[in-house]
Amino acid sequence: MSRGGSQTHSLPGPENITRVVLPNGITILTRSNFNSPSVTLSGYFTAGSLFDSDEKLGMADFVASAVMRGTEKRSFEEVYDALESVGATLGFSAGTHTAGFSGHALVEDLPLLFDLTSEALRTPTFPEAEIERLRAQLLTGLAIRAQDTGDVASMAFDKIIFDGHPYGRPDDGYPETIKAIRRDDLAEFREKTFGPRGMTIAVVGAVEAGFVVEQIVRVLGDWTNPQQPSVPVLPPHKPLKKRTRKNVTLPGKSQSDVMVGVIGPSRHSPDFLPASLGNSVLGQFGMMGRIGDVIREQSGLAYYAYSSMSAGIGPGTWEVSAGVNPKNVEKAINLTLRELQTFTEKGVSQEELRDSQDNFVGRLPLSLESNGGVANALLNIERYDLGLDYYQRYESLVRAVTADQVLETACKYFDLQKLAIATAGPKKTVES
Amino acid sequence: MADFTEVKLANGLKVLLKEIHTAPLISHWVWYRVGSKDEPTGKTGISHWVEHMQFKGTPEFPASVLDKAIAREGGQWNAFTFLDWTTYYETMPAAKIDLALRLEADRMVNSLFDPEEVESERTVIISEREGSENEPLSLLGEAIQHAAFRVHPYHHEVIGDMADLRSMTRDDLYNHYRTYYAPNNAVLAIAGDFDTESMLARVRELFEPIPARPTPPRLSRPEPEANGEIRLTVEGPEDTAYLQVSYRAPAASHPDFHPMAVLDSLLSGPSNLNMFGGGGVSNKTSRLYRALIDTELAVSVHGGSSATIDSFLYSFTITAHPDKTPEAALGALDAEIRRIQNEPPNDAEIARAIKQARAMFAFGAENITNQAFWLAYAEMFADYSWFTTYLAKLAAVTPADVQRVAQTWLRTKSRVVGIYLPVDEGGDE
Repeated sequence: MSRGGSQTHSLPGPENITRVVLPNGITILTRSNFNSPSVTLSGYFTAGSLFDSDEKLGMADFVASAVMRGTEKRSFEEVYDALESVGATLGFSAGTHTAGFSGHALVEDLPLLFDLTSEALRTPTFPEAEIERLRAQLLTGLAIRAQDTGDVASMAFDKIIFDGHPYGRPDDGYPETIKAIRRDDLAEFREKTFGPRGMTIAVVGAVEAGFVVEQIVRVLGDWTNPQQPSVPVLPPHKPLKKRTRKNVTLPGKSQSDVMVGVIGPSRHSPDFLPASLGNSVLGQFGMMGRIGDVIREQSGLAYYAYSSMSAGIGPGTWEVSAGVNPKNVEKAINLTLRELQTFTEKGVSQEELRDSQDNFVGRLPLSLESNGGVANALLNIERYDLGLDYYQRYESLVRAVTADQVLETACKYFDLQKLAIATAGPKKTVES
Repeated sequence: MADFTEVKLANGLKVLLKEIHTAPLISHWVWYRVGSKDEPTGKTGISHWVEHMQFKGTPEFPASVLDKAIAREGGQWNAFTFLDWTTYYETMPAAKIDLALRLEADRMVNSLFDPEEVESERTVIISEREGSENEPLSLLGEAIQHAAFRVHPYHHEVIGDMADLRSMTRDDLYNHYRTYYAPNNAVLAIAGDFDTESMLARVRELFEPIPARPTPPRLSRPEPEANGEIRLTVEGPEDTAYLQVSYRAPAASHPDFHPMAVLDSLLSGPSNLNMFGGGGVSNKTSRLYRALIDTELAVSVHGGSSATIDSFLYSFTITAHPDKTPEAALGALDAEIRRIQNEPPNDAEIARAIKQARAMFAFGAENITNQAFWLAYAEMFADYSWFTTYLAKLAAVTPADVQRVAQTWLRTKSRVVGIYLPVDEGGDE
């Protein structure tokens, strides 16, 4: 019935990825896909919120949001008229370590995406009126965030486990820090931190590698920034000494969000894959793993209840999240604690591990079917130094993880006496 | 669009197959002609609840086995309930698709609706509803929908009313399932890396033995003409005010649907027809962005409608500027609507709307799940040709058409204006 022959559909690898490093430090990764007349462009560069002061937190994010609001060549209106007239998209955003851009276009319009990316990176003008409009939008976003039980619980959680560390700060800042940022601050931040060194660009779609490289050389090949600073070194984080809980009351809401977790491995750590597989059993596999089974399926307490890991350049987080009726908050926390105890005492069974291994391997083609999916994979390869053949080696890496390694990893990260617990919802719950 | 195969089985099941060999994947969908529009008062939310129960097992595939079986193969599956339809899909590595076919054929008739599972799912769905109630725009949207439809069953949200979620019984759910889940009330669509002949043989083998059932009725209570603007206010926590303005919209099969899509593109940016992947196009040069955001009356504006069997809503959703009132934004919105009613757009604006749609189709085509979704989606309110002719129909729209539909559909007397007003509920940390 099905051809099922994956022979004709190769995974990304050295023979089909072109990787070129330009003399100014820009790394280009590109892979052709002529199945649809479209193309995706994505990239990152070292201008994240690690450069933000506490007083002007949200600067990197503000700058990224502002670079397309006018350039030396085009007004805000002209930038978006060019994009929207051809149904293309391009956007900039900032995280903690890096800022990034991502766009999508019909392949005939790819040169436009390159032009606009370059203009936004190199010659944004930060027009005063546009900056004030943007500021109002950012402040509204923060006001909405302040009333979102999921966002509020997540911020409280980060603040507990990364107390005093840059990871404990929200990248998009606070209302008072956004109000403190001046137009000239934005221009200065861009001038100092934006540069080609450490920049990676991935292009995937109906285009030949040679054309991609030629175009990037055309728009960014002569770019230099002698001022570009090296990336700030991450300070060490202080581990929690005891279980720490924080509740934020949001009156008038119907549901509470709950997060229970710890600091998890970084993406570079050898613990990453065992932890990911363990996490899959704990709160992902099937209908949200064991957590989903206990909190949703058996107890009917929540529509969503799962575990997740966020692993990046530095230490990550590893947590259980659920949205429950306010009267069920304690019940959900207790069920979570019980599951975490089982997880750290008994780990996962051979069968559970094999199921999750099969899932990780089996879902690879789905995650790599679109140009955007492949572009993300290429950026991950570069960001975490995984090797161009990573996705081809992936199955053997996943299969090599043992149940003992999963248990060891679970115990290493989950100390049940030192959990962070954050809740946000309408009713005040017990604090400890 | 490439060729596809359409077959009707002896039991009335319509089957649509489309080979796409770009990735080693197959996406398999089963659509039922039942949605929240088929629910009388007292049973609101029943279609969505039945959809949840379809994940709770059959004798052959017990609940705990289902999720794991799909996940083990690296598949992705889900289901959606809408006003007019309910649909289930599995996207699997091509070699594993048989599991999805067996599962869907089985749960078309054999779902258990175990009473204990019904009770446990009751609180899960109530929790899902409470999650929506946390969102100001959900509360406002629900109030507007209810005000816009006094008679037509589009008046309630798909999730249903809390009173009904508390009172419906296992037998109510099971009867709904047995009434509407029948091969002659369903459409099956498969797209991806397969050979049509052998796939069709397997579909026949699994689905054709399922007996047809009496054609289920569809609830039909036409909404009378609106005879005046309705204004309403919803109050709740938040620091931000919102404005939603909803007009009656043409049904998907109405000839005005395509001129309305062009009008939507001009006023508030193009709506995205991709359910999976693709992404939309920003709307920063749309007329309403210029009139509302550039003038600092609002911080965001979105517009759009859904393709529906009966006339539903075309809505603008506006987030007020922190220093301005929603009423000020409404004044500017009205001025823009008068402008398009008084003066036809130019050809270039229409050409742009068509290019935007063409790009979104190309982005959507990168994704097999999305392509399988397209294959049968339009069957729920028209047929697949609605999709394959979509771009041509947009291209045929004239400036006069756009002006005319603005005059016909964007009438003050047939709209609901809703404002979400933040009230200080006094919070603390």
